[in-house]
Order: sequence, then structure tokens, then C-alpha cells
Amino acid sequence: MSSESKTQDWSKPVAMAIPKGGYFQDKVEQGRYGPIFPKTPACYGFSILAKIIPGREEVFYKYAKSIEETIAAQPDALAVLQLHYLRWVLFPIKGDTYFMYQGIFDTDFDKYTEDAVTLFGITGLRTVFENLEDFPMDWQTNPGAFIKFVRDHQCPSFLEYAEYPYASATEVKKALKLKAAFSTMLDQMQ
Amino acid sequence: MLEFEDIQHILLTRAPALAARYEFLSFHNGAGGRAWVSAIREKIHSAASMRAGIDKDKRWVTAAFTWNGLRALGLDEASLTSFPEEFKQGMAARAEMLGDTGLNAPQYWVGGLESSDLHAIVILFARDDAEHDRCVFEHEKVVADCPGVEVLSVLDLKAIPPLDYAHDHFGYRDRLSQPVIEGAGEEPTPGSGDPLKAGEFIVGYPDEQGVVANSPQPKTLARNGSYMAYRRLAEHVGRFRDFLRQHGETAEEQELIAAKLMGRWRSGAPLVLSPDKDDPELGADPQRNNDFNYKEMDPHGYAVPLGAHARRMNPRDTAANMNRRRMIRRGATYGPQLPDGNADDGVERGIAAFIICASLIRQFEFAQNVWANDRNFHELGNERDPIIGAHDGTLEFKIPKRPIRKKIVGLPAFTTVRGGAYFFLPGLKALEYLASLD
Repeated sequence: MSSESKTQDWSKPVAMAIPKGGYFQDKVEQGRYGPIFPKTPACYGFSILAKIIPGREEVFYKYAKSIEETIAAQPDALAVLQLHYLRWVLFPIKGDTYFMYQGIFDTDFDKYTEDAVTLFGITGLRTVFENLEDFPMDWQTNPGAFIKFVRDHQCPSFLEYAEYPYASATEVKKALKLKAAFSTMLDQMQ
Repeated sequence: MLEFEDIQHILLTRAPALAARYEFLSFHNGAGGRAWVSAIREKIHSAASMRAGIDKDKRWVTAAFTWNGLRALGLDEASLTSFPEEFKQGMAARAEMLGDTGLNAPQYWVGGLESSDLHAIVILFARDDAEHDRCVFEHEKVVADCPGVEVLSVLDLKAIPPLDYAHDHFGYRDRLSQPVIEGAGEEPTPGSGDPLKAGEFIVGYPDEQGVVANSPQPKTLARNGSYMAYRRLAEHVGRFRDFLRQHGETAEEQELIAAKLMGRWRSGAPLVLSPDKDDPELGADPQRNNDFNYKEMDPHGYAVPLGAHARRMNPRDTAANMNRRRMIRRGATYGPQLPDGNADDGVERGIAAFIICASLIRQFEFAQNVWANDRNFHELGNERDPIIGAHDGTLEFKIPKRPIRKKIVGLPAFTTVRGGAYFFLPGLKALEYLASLD
């Protein structure tokens, strides 16, 4: 367990209110591509919202199947992002379809931005983004434009809650491994 | 095909130099600056001419410019705008993100490097002291002939005793791991990976993703150049030796602590290959001293702690997209050697190095921001790079060991950043273009 987690007790649920704009103005940390959204009890994360190009809904459903297959074939395909969860949502506003891409990470997105851009190229993640309005089609040669799109469409949380605050995915996995190992040990003692 | 005649030598070859000098310049008027560029151009070896004359030549010169320097030379707005944002801002403006905080902050830098008046650097690598002194004198005459060109500061560098190979003031062997550029005609040593696409280091060529990126305009500037991050790092030798004595009772234990901080024995021998005792022959053998990985050979860090300097700066098979994060390093030591057993004399000594890459933000800044200074790299929780990370005495260093790891708390700062800057390293035709602006 990291020292950071030790000081931030995972056994006591925590909620954190976040100021308008998404930053605590007195302690904004600078990343390579700009200010970093703060870590909360629910770790780092983003919620990217954008309007999809009209008539493209079917592409998103096909894409879901392809990501399912990609991860089944290569379970560590997204490991570099240090993820807990990703959620993809389509929802209507006044007859238009909007897309929300929400991720919960153990690291701020700024740190591994280029790795994420690379993943877009190799895992088919590109498909959905290329069907969003205003997405820069030259993103492969222009990483700056890609990053700007993500930042422009990020909607920061104003409140986050965690049942087991600040625990990283690695720590959760270690705990589950330990539980399994103990279970095996008990079997061996029979 | 690499254009060896147009690429400055520093990008492709290490000069066999025992002495060096860096001069930092300011151009108070464009005409003077351009006259200097024109004069210095004559002294600069291309990669091709360096290779041809390496046995007889005695000195090798490099020139590079800050973004403010390109403006001072008269480059037009459209061209200035085409450079990457981080280069325009300069290193000092990006200090917080780079970890240049506390005593490392630009307000404490020396030599005028934090100033917007810093416009250019000229790097001299000399075969010996006599050649160094001769070139210094020659350059004084060049500067005197270029009105408005001011030398803001200089730094003299020298290979230090007592060892007969390149090493820093702490005693660590240097120049162990360098990437090889595809088409440069060199064979990577075992364990160093395949040669990398030229575009990772030289603008105007396809990179590891097959893309030609980060090329400034106009076309003359868009080929055969590169970017250099300069770092002047003071090494606190007395503090380092005190630390080793504090955490190791015998000489062997002290050597092991030094090795754990670095990830290699001071001889250069990799801990992964020789975890329990030093092996100087292994350290000196380029066919063997880089031939290891972490994921299979040392996943838990029992040989090389997860936070050791070498494991952070080159995580090998434990990081994604390593081919997109490699850098070429050139540089030397400055200041007098502190003999073993002597108390620290308060004189500044250290290394002053250039990190050369095609994208400062993707390569150099990533290494500084994430590998060196992310406190939670590899889930370590409260650590930074023990050698070059930003330290204020509150961080720790964990050494995995069975049954229980050793945790050192209150790690001191062994180094302090004394200056730094971002430079554009133009190709030779680009230098001629800069000299001809009006």
C-alpha cells in the first residue's frame, strides 16, 4: 500500500465538493499540456461530452462490439492508462445525440496523453471520436489538436464520492489476489 | 536516407573530448547576431565531416538557439509561430511541471539562463586542454568582431579523475545506454533495442509512428535540426558520501546503497545481472552491460528498486511505447573532483548535459514530469528519482528485500538544478539561412 493511501484511509467513505471550473484555485498543479484536474477520493478521471455527427449512431454500437473483442483478445490493451472503469453513453438532447466518455484512472490523464493517442490508433478507439463533431481529423499528425479537443470537451465533476477512497486499481487487485491466496491456503490445510 | 552533410555532428557522434566549454550568448542586434552565426558556421562539423576527420581533428563546435534567439536573428512571425509551444515558452517558464521547484527554481539559476536575453549557445568539445584554450581565445576574437553580441556566461568542463573512463562526481560510470538511430551506421549493443526511426531525434524524418511531426517552417528549418534541453546539475558529493556512510556500515554496504539508488554498480555493472556484488569487468563490457530487462528478470525490484534512477529513466520493457520516449544525451562534468575522504569544500561541481530529441514535450518533459518526479511512479507512493528528482527531505526510497523491504526516509537532495534552457539545433543549411536573414 502506498504511503499516500495510508494517510488517506480507504475504510472510511469520503465525498469531495469541487469548485466551479473543476480546480481548487489555491493548488492547481501544472501538467505538460496545461493545468491538471485534481485527484479526488474517486481518483483521477474525465467526462468528455460531445455531439455526434447526425446519423452515425450505428457506428457506435458496432464499435462497442469491436472493443469487446479487442479486450477479449488482448486483456492488457489499455493497461498503460491505469484505469478503473470506462463508460460510454449515448443520450439525446433536443433531438440530437450526444456522447459521453467517462473514465476513472489512477493517474492524471496529462501524464500519459501520448500513450493514449497511440492507443487510439491501434485499438480502434479512434472510430467513435472520428464520428464526433469538431474532432480534428488530422489528430495523428497533430497531437496538440487531439489534446485540445479532449480539454475543450471535458466537463469536470462538482462532486465525487468513493466507498473506498483513494485505493488504486493495483491495490484492489493485490487485495483480491491476497484473498484468493488465503483461500487456496485454507484449502491446502483441509 | 540521413543527410549527414547537413546534420550537426553532436546529434550523431560523441566527440573524443577531454575538455569542453559552453558559452551562452545574447544578441543585442540582429546584424551582430547574424554575423556571429555566419562566422561560427565555418567552425561547425557536420556528422559527415566529423566522421571523416575524427582521427586528426582536435575540436568540434555546435551552435543552437533559443526561441528568443531566433527572434533576435530576425526570423519572421510565421516561422516563429510554427515552433512547438514548449520551445517557445522556454525551460524556465515550465519549471513547476519539470520539478524545478524549491532550490532548483529558475530564480536561483546562474549564468543568465533563466533570462529572455539568452539567445544562443556555442558548445566546444576539445581533444585536450591546449586546444580548449586556443579555441577560447579564437572565439573571443569572433565575438569582438560581432557588435552587439554579448557573452552572458561560460562554463568550462573537463573529464575528472580518478577513473580512466567517463564518470560523474559521485563515481558512477557514464555513457552506458544510448539509442541508435536507424541509418546512422551504428549497431546497437545487446539489450539496447532496435535502431529507432530518425524522426525521434531529427526533425523532417518519419518517427516511430511513421509521421513527420514538429517541423518548423520554412522548409530550410524543417529538416536535419533537433531540439536540445540543457541541464546544469550540481552534484552534492559530500552529502552523497555522508548518506552512504549513514546507511552502510562497511564499504561493501555503502557500495550496495550507491548501486540501489542508481540501478547499477558505480562500475556500470547492472544490478539485474549482478545483484549481490560488483563486477567491474561486466560494467566495462558494452557487449554485456546493457543486456537485461526488468519485466522478466526483476519484476519486483529485488535487484533494481522500482524507483532507482536507471529504472525510471529507461524502464525498458516495463513502460509502454518506450521507442517514443528515448533521448540522446551528450555532456560532461564540470568543477574539481572532490578526493575521497575530503570534506565537502563548498565548490560547485556537477554535470552539464544536453538531452536531444525531436519533441521536448513528448520525450524530455515526459521523462522529467513522469519518470523523475511522479511521486507515485510504479505505485511507489512517496518517492521521486533519488538522483535527479526534486527533493526537499520529505520523500523516501524503498529497497525491496526479502522478507521485509528496507525503507529510507528523509532522502536528501543529491543534486540541484543550477540552470537550463531549450535550444533549437539547426541543420547547417538552416544556419546559413539564419545568417542570411535581414
